[in-house]
Amino acid sequence: MTFGSRGCRVARGARLRPVVLCFFVLLLSTPIHAVTAYAADGREIAANGNGRDAPACSACHGAQGEGQPDAANPRLAGLNSEYLIAQLNAFAEGGRDNEAMSPIAKALTPDERQAIAKFYAGSVTPRIKERHKADGKTIASGAALAGRGDWSKGLPGCGQCHGGAGQGVGKTFPGLAGQSAEYIMSQLKAWKDGKRTNDPLHLMTGIASKLNDDQIAAVAAYYASLPVAAAASAVPQGSKP
Amino acid sequence: MSERLPDLRTWIAGVVFLGLAGFIGHKLPSSDTSKSAEPAIAKSDTPISGNTSENAKPPFSPPGDDEIPNNEFGDAVRLGEKIFRDTQGNAREFVGNSLQCANCHLDSGRLANAAPLWAAYVAYPAYRQKNEHVNTFEERLQGCFLYSMNGKAPALNDKVLVALESYAYFLAKGAVIGADLPGRGYPKLAKPAKLDYAHGQQVYAAKCALCHGAEGQGQSAADGSVVFPPLWGRRSFNGGAGMSSITNAAGFIKANMPFSQGNSLTDAEAWDVASYMDSQERPQDPRFSGSVAETRKLHHDSPMDMYGQTVNGVVLGQNSPAAGPPPQ
Repeated sequence: MTFGSRGCRVARGARLRPVVLCFFVLLLSTPIHAVTAYAADGREIAANGNGRDAPACSACHGAQGEGQPDAANPRLAGLNSEYLIAQLNAFAEGGRDNEAMSPIAKALTPDERQAIAKFYAGSVTPRIKERHKADGKTIASGAALAGRGDWSKGLPGCGQCHGGAGQGVGKTFPGLAGQSAEYIMSQLKAWKDGKRTNDPLHLMTGIASKLNDDQIAAVAAYYASLPVAAAASAVPQGSKP
Repeated sequence: MSERLPDLRTWIAGVVFLGLAGFIGHKLPSSDTSKSAEPAIAKSDTPISGNTSENAKPPFSPPGDDEIPNNEFGDAVRLGEKIFRDTQGNAREFVGNSLQCANCHLDSGRLANAAPLWAAYVAYPAYRQKNEHVNTFEERLQGCFLYSMNGKAPALNDKVLVALESYAYFLAKGAVIGADLPGRGYPKLAKPAKLDYAHGQQVYAAKCALCHGAEGQGQSAADGSVVFPPLWGRRSFNGGAGMSSITNAAGFIKANMPFSQGNSLTDAEAWDVASYMDSQERPQDPRFSGSVAETRKLHHDSPMDMYGQTVNGVVLGQNSPAAGPPPQ
């Protein structure tokens, strides 16, 4: 009885609350929204920074997001925008432990992160040649692993989630074709070492833990060697291309 | 002294033993109670994990691609493997959905507990309840196209079937004919106390939707190539497929899903998510007689088969799109 009547009183009080809540929400949100709405120009931030603590993305990721492959600074052009936002959020809030990117991501407002992500997602630019080109044998063994996996270790092929040509799938599985080999290696190692933990279902943590150094180098070299505008039918068919 | 010392040792040993026993005794019930919070799971999981660790090293290992001979037979094997991996691209005329053989037969039909071709090959000819006669391996393959691929069966001795049979024969090289090889089909899980649709829905949202989509529709790359197979709906297997049996689906899921994380789900999670998946609308069973009730009685008469059962107020199969490739 007591419990029931108390529940009633709460319910009656709650009827008044939405009005009060709306008032506060409006009061708090309007000015912030107004400020960020005009500030968040992805192209502008990418080229010149946000005028506060976030420097120009282009300094490390290239003017069009082509990246600096030899410095393991990833290519951003053409990556899914929601994927990019999730990565900036992870740099800022945890999940990606990175000395360079964490302070930068923290200095970006959510609107700015969104604007930058959109800009790079829409950017089309050829891949940059890496200085150290892997030998054909390494690339071929990377292609086999990417296409078929290594089921003796319970490893599916990378392409079974990232697309047969490394073209990327949705917001979760980023494109790998034309990505910097140094960057791919650094990320596989980061998963292995627990420095990157923002992978959904910890799929990549599990995958990376089963890869040895040679396999990491091979898949990285293979994806770096692919053109970015991947052909639709480029599904690797055999283990020995 | 010399008689006292052992006494002292015995005492110490006794005290340590009692202490340990007390400690273990204290630990045991608490782990039991934590398990009993999820009743159906704990008991049925133990034998299965034993099974799968045994099956992790199947006694049979199929030959590698480098052993495919360079002759006409080898050409057929290679074509078979191509069809198996990219059925959409290489046997298009017989396929009516977005699936590939290799979606359910992992590692291109090589992986134990994912219906490996080498184990199937040595098990035919065999009598099948499904069509009540002795089936050759080729006829069994026709069934895959008709049901799992929701397409139409290639004629016996069609190039596609010859190639697939050659590939299966190649993979089974050295296996014993007629043997029930460990790793065949999907693992058989201990029967669940019940099937819980709501729990299955939760498991689906938490573990499956990431790849297969919130509506089971699968997921494609930007260029349109299907990467994650649709699990229900028009583009998936039809109501007559093996995977529409909850028993098969639960075994496959337990051993192989989430992809790369096989054996991470509890039996209850595998059963419930399988029953959730198999409680969705999909293309009609090609054996549909015109009556869902009659078709259920003839071909789906099992508690582990949702066809013809009422799910969320709708009889499953009643609104199914027609079987087979959609009209052009």
